Amino acid sequence: MKEQKVYLRRKVLNRAMLVLCGCAAAIIIVFLVLILGYTLFKGISYLSLDLITQSSKPVGEIGGGMRDDIYGTLILVGLASVIALPVGLMAGIFLAEFAGPKSASTIRFAADILAGVPSIIVGVFAYAILVRPLHSYSALSAGVALAIIMIPVVARTAEESLRLVPNSQREAALALGISRWRMTLGVVVPGAVTGIVTGIMLAVARIAGETAPLIFTALGSAFGVQGLMEPIGALPLQIYRYALSPYSDWQQQAWAAAFLLITLVLGINVVVRLVSSRKTGK
Amino acid sequence: MNSITSANLSGMQAGAQAHVEKRGPAKCIMTVEDLNAWYNNRSAIQDINMCIGSQSITALIGPSGCGKSTFIRCLNRMHEVAEGGRVSGRVLVEGNDIYAPGIDPVSIRRRIGMVFQKASVFPTMSIFGNVASGISLTRFWSRRKDMQDKVEMSLKKAALWEEVKDKLDQPGASLSGGQQQRLCIARAIAIEPEIILMDEPCSALDPISTLKIEELMLELKREYTVVIVTHNMQQAARVSDWTGFMLLGQLIEYAPTKEVFTVPRDKRTEDYITGRFG
Repeated sequence: MKEQKVYLRRKVLNRAMLVLCGCAAAIIIVFLVLILGYTLFKGISYLSLDLITQSSKPVGEIGGGMRDDIYGTLILVGLASVIALPVGLMAGIFLAEFAGPKSASTIRFAADILAGVPSIIVGVFAYAILVRPLHSYSALSAGVALAIIMIPVVARTAEESLRLVPNSQREAALALGISRWRMTLGVVVPGAVTGIVTGIMLAVARIAGETAPLIFTALGSAFGVQGLMEPIGALPLQIYRYALSPYSDWQQQAWAAAFLLITLVLGINVVVRLVSSRKTGK
Repeated sequence: MNSITSANLSGMQAGAQAHVEKRGPAKCIMTVEDLNAWYNNRSAIQDINMCIGSQSITALIGPSGCGKSTFIRCLNRMHEVAEGGRVSGRVLVEGNDIYAPGIDPVSIRRRIGMVFQKASVFPTMSIFGNVASGISLTRFWSRRKDMQDKVEMSLKKAALWEEVKDKLDQPGASLSGGQQQRLCIARAIAIEPEIILMDEPCSALDPISTLKIEELMLELKREYTVVIVTHNMQQAARVSDWTGFMLLGQLIEYAPTKEVFTVPRDKRTEDYITGRFG
């Protein structure tokens, strides 16, 4: 009789823990759906072609869009990529192929720490080294700040992808009398290309949504895109500004733009998943 | 065909440190002198002296871990690529030591090719691309037209042309295991080496592919010198002209294949051949 009671208690406890864990997992999905749904609900009235095609109107006037800020985000992402991709990829190649064990672990450690630096600190740093000396907020300084965030991510994912290429291919290439650097560029890197591209896309998705560094570097612009050495607007920055403004029209636009930004980031992540699962499923 | 090049007959003692009588084929294309190799501080092979005959097949047999793979990697300076790999001694090809200071290992590997146990076809390249990779990745730039003849010739020599001539642009990884290994052989031949080293080329293959590759080796020896490491004694007996038996990093016996398998001089060789160990 005693065994029956113990068994029953164990079954109940088991079931309770299972339900608890299941709920915790479900919360993740619930939050995602809530965020997407709520921003859609709040911003749907302002989700129109205007949002993408019109530039922002002065204070007080109704309407307008975020076209310049969307351009701004694209320009900043492009600028950050131009800086971060060569540096990150070459660092990743160095880590995976040429670094000795001690220097490799030091660099890897540094990259991981850099990846963990709060983005607002990166923004303040870019402010100190670029905005102050140049006496101006600029797209360049914002691009540099975003690049600093992007580099460790690209470098580490590139390194991981390169390490997945089997050593037998490196040996076979060397045994053909192919020099080391040509082997790396002609055999190893092409073999890791899917992983590297995935890493790049995820890094892009990350910086597309960064706002804190932009506050100190890009500032935002009411006059559209003026040039690399001038302040520039960006989508997350504008959302921040509009959301905190006292104008309901602007707040509505902020909701719509928020939905746009989330779908952009979500879209990149989904595409990355689909492509990489197709490759591994083959 | 045999020549005893140093009179060391009195030094032979079974079971003691191997004092190999220096025998070798008449025409040596490669001479190994006092070769030692280490992985960090662990000695892998000790004091190997050997002469490899030109346009013949030389087989190296021995139990696992005896150092035959390490040895063959020393012949084209691949051992130093491994973690902690270190070599001392001389390997003379046509009189020139490949380990002399100032010699570029990359140029050595273009004259002494290697085929590995695992057929490592480059998956991102087509069949054509794979065979041509030894040329396209060593020249500054190369046109497909220029490489076409070489690729066709190499595939024909590797007995693979008929099977792939209509699908040269398909990915190299789409071939079967035996075909992939022949593709690797074609890839190694395309750079026109003088010597081809093979590290257990058939151990991952089925018997029919193995047979095809053995026939291929017999064809290849007409133009190239082949050195093959194999753990399959029957294979060594079938294809090779000279056979070396290695044990615990030392070369125990080196003689014409028929002799090694019928009248071995060292007891350890005899024990290995008759299956008492290994």
